[in-house]
Amino acid sequence: MTAKRLVTLRVNGREHALWLSPSDLLVDVLHDELGLSDVRYGCGEGVCGTCTVLLDGEPINACLTFAVQVERREITTLLGLMGEDGSMHGLQECFLRLGALQCGFCTPGMILTAHDLVERVGRPSRDEIRYALIGNLCRCTGYTKILDAVEEYCAQAAPDGGAAR
Amino acid sequence: MVAASFEYVSAASYDEAVQRLVEHGEDAKVVAGGQSLVPMLNLRIVRPSVLIDINPAGSRPPEVEGSLLRLGALTRHRTLLEDPVVRQHCPLLAEAVRHVGNVRVRNRGTIGGSLAHADPTSEIGASALVLDADAVVRGPASSRTVAVRDLFVSYLTTTLEATEVVTDILVPVLAKGQGWGFREMVRRSSDLAIVAVAARVDLDDAAEVVRSVQVSLAGVSDRVVLADPALLAGLIGTSADEASLARIAAEVADAVSPESDVHASAAYRRRLVDVLTRRAVRDAFDRARGVEKAA
Repeated sequence: MTAKRLVTLRVNGREHALWLSPSDLLVDVLHDELGLSDVRYGCGEGVCGTCTVLLDGEPINACLTFAVQVERREITTLLGLMGEDGSMHGLQECFLRLGALQCGFCTPGMILTAHDLVERVGRPSRDEIRYALIGNLCRCTGYTKILDAVEEYCAQAAPDGGAAR
Repeated sequence: MVAASFEYVSAASYDEAVQRLVEHGEDAKVVAGGQSLVPMLNLRIVRPSVLIDINPAGSRPPEVEGSLLRLGALTRHRTLLEDPVVRQHCPLLAEAVRHVGNVRVRNRGTIGGSLAHADPTSEIGASALVLDADAVVRGPASSRTVAVRDLFVSYLTTTLEATEVVTDILVPVLAKGQGWGFREMVRRSSDLAIVAVAARVDLDDAAEVVRSVQVSLAGVSDRVVLADPALLAGLIGTSADEASLARIAAEVADAVSPESDVHASAAYRRRLVDVLTRRAVRDAFDRARGVEKAA
């Protein structure tokens, strides 16, 4: 057994000091140690997207990252996109309004991935949204409403078509 | 699924990674993006006692040096996909990476890690092969350059020594009168390729006929492979007309011996080699003519 070490993780703007083994996966630490129920273990091999978190703003697989690898880097989960007072992010509101979720298991990953796309592209096309979300599986909605919700959010956020385009 | 315990070593430089490999030998494994290795650790298919994390060594932006594009081994797939220098000078690589994994995989996966992993369905491996790329490799005594065509041995096995680390990839830039093609078949977008074919065509000075052609195949063997140049020679001097192309693609398909597995039968894979080779070479030829027109 390899000795545990004290690791400092920065999650949603807060620092946490944790005793971790090198083989502890980021998804398990966030979910089990820090109680972040918006980070979910799905397939365990980087395919399904339910464990998506942002590492310095970019979506990664928390199931394929050891927590020791991301010490002192900025980790953002869906909760980190919400307001201090628990108010919802605009993407969450669009998902709710357009019925883009049923069981909700995939939703945090969907929203974090869509968030990254919108941050980079501004006003993505439907095909660009589809391509960005290829790696996020949903077993309830059939995807159409998810694409609708992201499109709706982009239309609100960048009504003029987006600066970068 | 939880990986067996290992000692974690963060390497701040390639030299440090090599030093650690010398210390720990075969018991150590280098992790870059980890998108292929970490699932294998979690499934305990691989059980290193030491994991050397090369990520802290960092990377630099893609850069053209004369006729070569230099890519740091830790260049992420996302950079290959989006970087304007890569897109301009090595468009085949950018297109191939579009088929790799998903956003999260491309944010972490690296070109050096992908080549060192030597997956026989690798889009990046197939592209590096067909482009005559080289890998710069550092060992305890010195660095050496190894052609990617001399890198792959078998399934997940390379000619790299246990104490060597890939530091750079050198890719010849797109030349005038040259075109490329990349075709892949998957059941679901982002899956591993059932078969992928990359092609490179160079035209003669008049941009009329083929001067040289190279084709690489993924998903048909225990490693990504180049199609036999002798089979492709029949295209040289032609304008890649449908009849020549159909005949030669069929010969390329006849020459492979893929295996049947849960994803596809050997016969289906061979059929894909035929169809995708035709299309990839056609794309390469058309692009080569387009490049000439634009110049």
